[in-house]
Amino acid sequence: MAVVELEIPALPAYLSLVRLVVDAAIGSLAPGLSPARLDDLKIAVTEACSNAIEAHETNWSDGPVVVRCTIGDEEVRVEVIDRGAGFNPEDVQTLPAVTDPRRLRHESGLGIALMRTLADEVSFTPSPDGTRVSLIVHRPASSAS
Amino acid sequence: MELHTDVSETAGWTVVSVHGELDVATSPTLRERLIGLVGDGSTRLVLDLEAVDFLDSTGLGTIVSALKRARTHGGDLRLVCTEARIRRLFEITGLDKAVPLHASIDDAIAAE
Repeated sequence: MAVVELEIPALPAYLSLVRLVVDAAIGSLAPGLSPARLDDLKIAVTEACSNAIEAHETNWSDGPVVVRCTIGDEEVRVEVIDRGAGFNPEDVQTLPAVTDPRRLRHESGLGIALMRTLADEVSFTPSPDGTRVSLIVHRPASSAS
Repeated sequence: MELHTDVSETAGWTVVSVHGELDVATSPTLRERLIGLVGDGSTRLVLDLEAVDFLDSTGLGTIVSALKRARTHGGDLRLVCTEARIRRLFEITGLDKAVPLHASIDDAIAAE
């Protein structure tokens, strides 16, 4: 098992760096993961980091956002850990159906839906000190390094 | 990564070609550009996403916002996108039903 950890200031300008590190770390340590799945994971991680940065802004929190990539034989896990106010993903508003014209009223709120679709497993662990988002993508059976 | 836009006029439509990554850091740049164009009267917009390397939910929100703004002012916004990994995000979120994706600028302009 390999672990690569990155700490970034809670600023949007660092999102591109997060994607570069996730791409390099997982691309080299989990070579069996297809480029499409790695792209999915980078979008999901970006969504989680964007929420984390917003949580820091809302809560006037100092300190970094932590992005931890753990590459195991069966799965790749990326955890995004913030020090914001914490939130309950169940409280996020459910969007109207895609065929509903009211859908266009919703310019935000897509991030959690994207995370849930693009990762194989997603969990949110809120606490008084912040939120830990865990994004898991399964590795193909024969690709463990 | 920086985001930049090229703007041109074709057959009465304002074509905005977007280059780079579209996320929380860069979406405000595109948002301001599109708001400025609609405010200046360019309400018939084609947004060319062929050179977009990355798109997330904030970028999608920016596009939806511009679509509504253009339609509110009597115009429209049409998208050009053939890259599968970008198209997939529109399909996952259902936004491809509200904003059809076209294969070329010519196709976008010719669409009913």
